[in-house]
Amino acid sequence: MEAHAVNPWVAVAYLVAGVCFILALRGLSSPATSRAGNRYGMFGMAIAVVTTLITHEIASLPEIMGAIAIGGGIGFVIARRIQMTAMPQLVAAFHSLVGLAAVLVAVAAFLNPDAFGILGADGNILNVSRVEMALGAAIGAITFSGSVIAFAKLNGNMSGSPILLPARHVINLGTLVLILALTAMFAVAAHAGPGESPLFWAIVALSFAIGFLLIIPIGGADMPVVVSMLNSYSGWAAAAMGFTLHNTAMIVTGALVGSSGAILSYIMCKAMNRSFISVIAGGFGADAGSAGGGEAREQRPWKRGSSEDAAFLMKEAENVIIIPGYGMAVAQAQHALREMSDLLKEHGVNVKYAIHPVAGRMPGHMNVLLAEASVPYDEVFELEDINSEFAQADVAFIIGANDVVNPAARTDKTSPIYGMPVFDVDKAKTIFFIKRSMGGQGYAGVDNDVFYMDQTMMLLSDAKKMVEEINKSLTD
Amino acid sequence: MDFVSILSIFVLACFVGYYVVWSVTPALHTPLMAVTNAISSVIVVGALIASAAAGSPLAKWLGLGAVVLASVNIFGGFAVTERMLAMYKKKDKPGAKGGK
Repeated sequence: MEAHAVNPWVAVAYLVAGVCFILALRGLSSPATSRAGNRYGMFGMAIAVVTTLITHEIASLPEIMGAIAIGGGIGFVIARRIQMTAMPQLVAAFHSLVGLAAVLVAVAAFLNPDAFGILGADGNILNVSRVEMALGAAIGAITFSGSVIAFAKLNGNMSGSPILLPARHVINLGTLVLILALTAMFAVAAHAGPGESPLFWAIVALSFAIGFLLIIPIGGADMPVVVSMLNSYSGWAAAAMGFTLHNTAMIVTGALVGSSGAILSYIMCKAMNRSFISVIAGGFGADAGSAGGGEAREQRPWKRGSSEDAAFLMKEAENVIIIPGYGMAVAQAQHALREMSDLLKEHGVNVKYAIHPVAGRMPGHMNVLLAEASVPYDEVFELEDINSEFAQADVAFIIGANDVVNPAARTDKTSPIYGMPVFDVDKAKTIFFIKRSMGGQGYAGVDNDVFYMDQTMMLLSDAKKMVEEINKSLTD
Repeated sequence: MDFVSILSIFVLACFVGYYVVWSVTPALHTPLMAVTNAISSVIVVGALIASAAAGSPLAKWLGLGAVVLASVNIFGGFAVTERMLAMYKKKDKPGAKGGK
């Protein structure tokens, strides 16, 4: 049977798989329904795979089963062993695999178009299929190389600071235009039989290059946007291959994943008050210290607190709001933090967690870490839901966050983070700010007035060590 | 299927995606990325077709390579999502109000 099966049941099966994927995402509207949603996703995938296997003549079943077993085994082991703090890198790595798989499928379709049913009567690949194939390969290649860079930056194999090539905007735009031009030429080329046209290879090669070039100038703080954007690309790549194969499941999934990544990128950009274009253009965080506080920062007085101070004041408090940031993830302090809030609750303190949309290195990163430490999700609040409560809070406990509590975002028009929505921690009666040293700055490279406020006590230490010391003081 | 019907499915699915994703609670954005990652590996369908077909041995091996990569993603993606989702718990208190 050829790929464009006439059997309507096959089309229905793929459609059912697509619907299962929609339900998988729908389930995520609440933690209560999310696991059922994930099962729908697995079910949908099983339908898609089984349908494909039983409706095609399989020349090599043992090899295919072997390939699934190898890949599945690797994936399963990684999924079981990975630390929750390493989730951003894992997701980036997984994106790169989808991207590379899309490229391989597109190349296979190019070499053996007959199997995909995209060969015209004249022995050339259908024009519309050529465009879909080229776009699928291009987006897949960009996803792959972009994700590899994102992975290296997140995993620390590569410096998180932006790498700026001269004339990079010209190079990048030129390459993108060239890819589109080659795609158009490939679409109308006279000879485009199986594996014939060198244009296709040029498109693939340029796309791999542009993926690297696009991501290297983007700094660590913008990684949440990049990871979401690559998530989106992996979806569009799947959709493009779905067009080639006329496969509903792939098209529906591609559209879902594509919109999901795009929406997440939008949410992240909005939470930083940056435009998508400025993130993509890169370079943010490169000129640390040149803006904002500048020279004066060393001279301003600040107060140093101790773990006993923190334990004493929080024990007596009525409302404590904890603001975790990437520093908590780095120090793996989430479990100690949960213990601290348990101890505080024993003293009758009302503890809440406040999470900024861009806290951490990917959307929802802090929520997962708190969930891992068994913090109930109804104690965890989003920015707009909790920001009005700081005025009533006795203590704001900042652990590993910085830019997201910087009042300069509200007041200082010259600040690079001006306009970014931030927590109003300065309204709390007392602020504890865990930071490794006074020297370091946030990722935006700006000074933070909260350090020098009257009600602020700086707890200078490793986040985990400090919280453990506070816990010791609380139990004494 | 002609191009226009496929395009219709695609455009409608984009709208479905738009509304479904906006209703995802921000607390689950990381699992959302993990699960979208897993389902985008539906590209395995193309990989299976390529590796099943006779004709071009190179295309077959590329297809098998893609099957391996997509399988890592499918099993890894769903398993890690499951692991994350299992960690989200409400307060044990009976009558506690539903979370977000």
